[in-house]
Amino acid sequence: MARTRAPERTLLPSDEPLSLLRKDGTPVDDSPLSMPDDDVLVELHRRMVVGRRFDTQATALTKQGRLAVYPSSRGQEACEVGSVLALRPADWLFPTYRDSVALVTRGVDPAETLTLLQGGWHLGYDPYEHRVGPQCTPLATNTLHAVGFAHAARLKGEDTAALVLLGDGATSEGDTHEALNFAGVWQAPVVFLVQNNGYAISVPMSKQNAAPSLAHKGIGYGVPSVLVDGNDVAAVYAVVREALESGGPTLIEALTYRIEAHTNADDATRYRTSDEVAAWLDRDPVDRLEAYLTARGLLDNARRAAVAAEAEEFAASVRAKLNVDVVPSPDDLFEHVYATTPRHLREQAAALREELA
Amino acid sequence: MTTQVSLAGALNRALGDALADDPTVLVFGEDVGPLGGVFRVTDGLAERFGEQRVFDTPLAESGIVGTAIGMAMNGLRPVVEMQFDAFAYPAFEQITSHLAKLRNRTRGRVELPVVIRVPYGGGIGGVEHHCDSSEAYYTHTPGLRVVTPGTPDDAYRLLRDSIASPDPVIFLEPKRRYWAKGALSDEPIGFDRALVRRTGRDVTLIAYGPMVATALETAEAAAEEGWDVEVVDLRSLSPFDDETVCASVVKTGRAVVVHEASGFGGYGAEVVARVTERCFHHLHAPVLRVTGFDIPYPPPKLEEHHLPSVDRILDAVARLQWDDEVVGSYRA
Repeated sequence: MARTRAPERTLLPSDEPLSLLRKDGTPVDDSPLSMPDDDVLVELHRRMVVGRRFDTQATALTKQGRLAVYPSSRGQEACEVGSVLALRPADWLFPTYRDSVALVTRGVDPAETLTLLQGGWHLGYDPYEHRVGPQCTPLATNTLHAVGFAHAARLKGEDTAALVLLGDGATSEGDTHEALNFAGVWQAPVVFLVQNNGYAISVPMSKQNAAPSLAHKGIGYGVPSVLVDGNDVAAVYAVVREALESGGPTLIEALTYRIEAHTNADDATRYRTSDEVAAWLDRDPVDRLEAYLTARGLLDNARRAAVAAEAEEFAASVRAKLNVDVVPSPDDLFEHVYATTPRHLREQAAALREELA
Repeated sequence: MTTQVSLAGALNRALGDALADDPTVLVFGEDVGPLGGVFRVTDGLAERFGEQRVFDTPLAESGIVGTAIGMAMNGLRPVVEMQFDAFAYPAFEQITSHLAKLRNRTRGRVELPVVIRVPYGGGIGGVEHHCDSSEAYYTHTPGLRVVTPGTPDDAYRLLRDSIASPDPVIFLEPKRRYWAKGALSDEPIGFDRALVRRTGRDVTLIAYGPMVATALETAEAAAEEGWDVEVVDLRSLSPFDDETVCASVVKTGRAVVVHEASGFGGYGAEVVARVTERCFHHLHAPVLRVTGFDIPYPPPKLEEHHLPSVDRILDAVARLQWDDEVVGSYRA
């Protein structure tokens, strides 16, 4: 079952994060990564701008009581968008609760993306329609689903890879380690993208991990590992695409930062300084790509305005879809617990209907 | 068909037939490959069906169940083995939060036809962590089917039904009965149905898995003392077959529930509650339980005191208010 790894893929990550663009948007001269094509870069920019506007809109919807809660990924757009656009058509995405921007980038309807947070049901979208697994709320459990899915694809002779998203906190969970081990033993075509945003709610990296980097954990499982600048969308796209095409497992740690609090219900000032946030705002992934595209003549004011208008239009459509009162039917409670509803649930459903009559 | 097959042999045959009939069926877990499992339930399957379909995994139960979920999402039907009852606990989150709930969370879009085989219960002189009766953890989780055979015949039938089921199934194998022999039959029985293993007029013994044989033995002994005992084998613990159980208790008016697991908060409590709610006016005595004590599973040299025995079940039968004149009254 094991496949031979490509010789250039190494188990240890580089000392410095791989990148293609410096924080001022100038290109890195000696990067081992290939710069994505111009049309890809232009699309990455468009999706990041639209994704960020969606994220802001979703946070606003919590203030209006339309969403119970929203975990923002502001600042992490390079990971959310770069990794999803790197997926090939047959590949699957296994996201977490913080990856709503990744979902809409994948084409999932925003209302279906936010169903969980809206509270009418748990999952709004059909995983098979967009090849997106259910958003994972308990940490790291999706890593094993991704490995199993990818291994099944291998057994079925399909050229399908799985991309699983997780955060720095999730790397402490046992399931992450079991998943990396299974992926290594099976050489399953699965890419683990750790968005290291510095904090697991309030707990910093220093209390989460003693290894030189999270990417260093790959060598223990025989999984090639990559450390990448997670605010450089060109680099994220390049490393994820290469990993997906490798036919085996890869652990990628992307260094990024969560600009907002854990959710709208969290107070980030209790555990981090405004100076730290300002330093990361200076490394903004959208600004960085815009600077590069502008210098290359791929982004002018007209294009910028058109993208901004598209983002506003998208936000308006999200508002329109979410500004509705969701009134799920109590009958839904008893549906899909089993393939065929057993008698005791039919009895309980009837009792509830009678109670409500 | 009069050939005698052991319960483990019947399971092996069911796995082999399922692998042969359906190319999407996979069997994996710890030591299930060339070794054939520590109880030899998968004996010969790796050789017969190849390493792609019957294989050993790393020793990690959450990993086994979690990857089985991913494989089922991708169209396969994994049948995985947890080597022993208590060794399945690392997989608890994957089972309860994902395997059990994904159909419901996704409104039926994701179906997970996964079977988790768990050798369970005591009576084999096993050291600690090898003898738990963990059924109540699973029956308390909506979305799971929980079944357990008491005979070789049911071992074959229930495992085939479980593998064919579109729902996830916790398949509990009574390890002390692995070597018990019996004939296989083609007679169909509903997947969800309990079965009257022995008919009687005076009292119903409700048992499952390893205790079915003990209950039947008790019925024989009780006959010598003049009690005509009916034995109901639950087979499916979840969903629960109220109909068959209540029909029996309504007929006999007395019942004892028997299981190896601890009594407090145990599966028997649910059975007693349901029988009492539904058969109250037919009962001549409170429904009693004979269960393991409310203690961690004891060491091998003490387990005989813990496990329900024929004598202990007979004692419970004797306490069912046979001399009462007022039917259904409570006497301390």
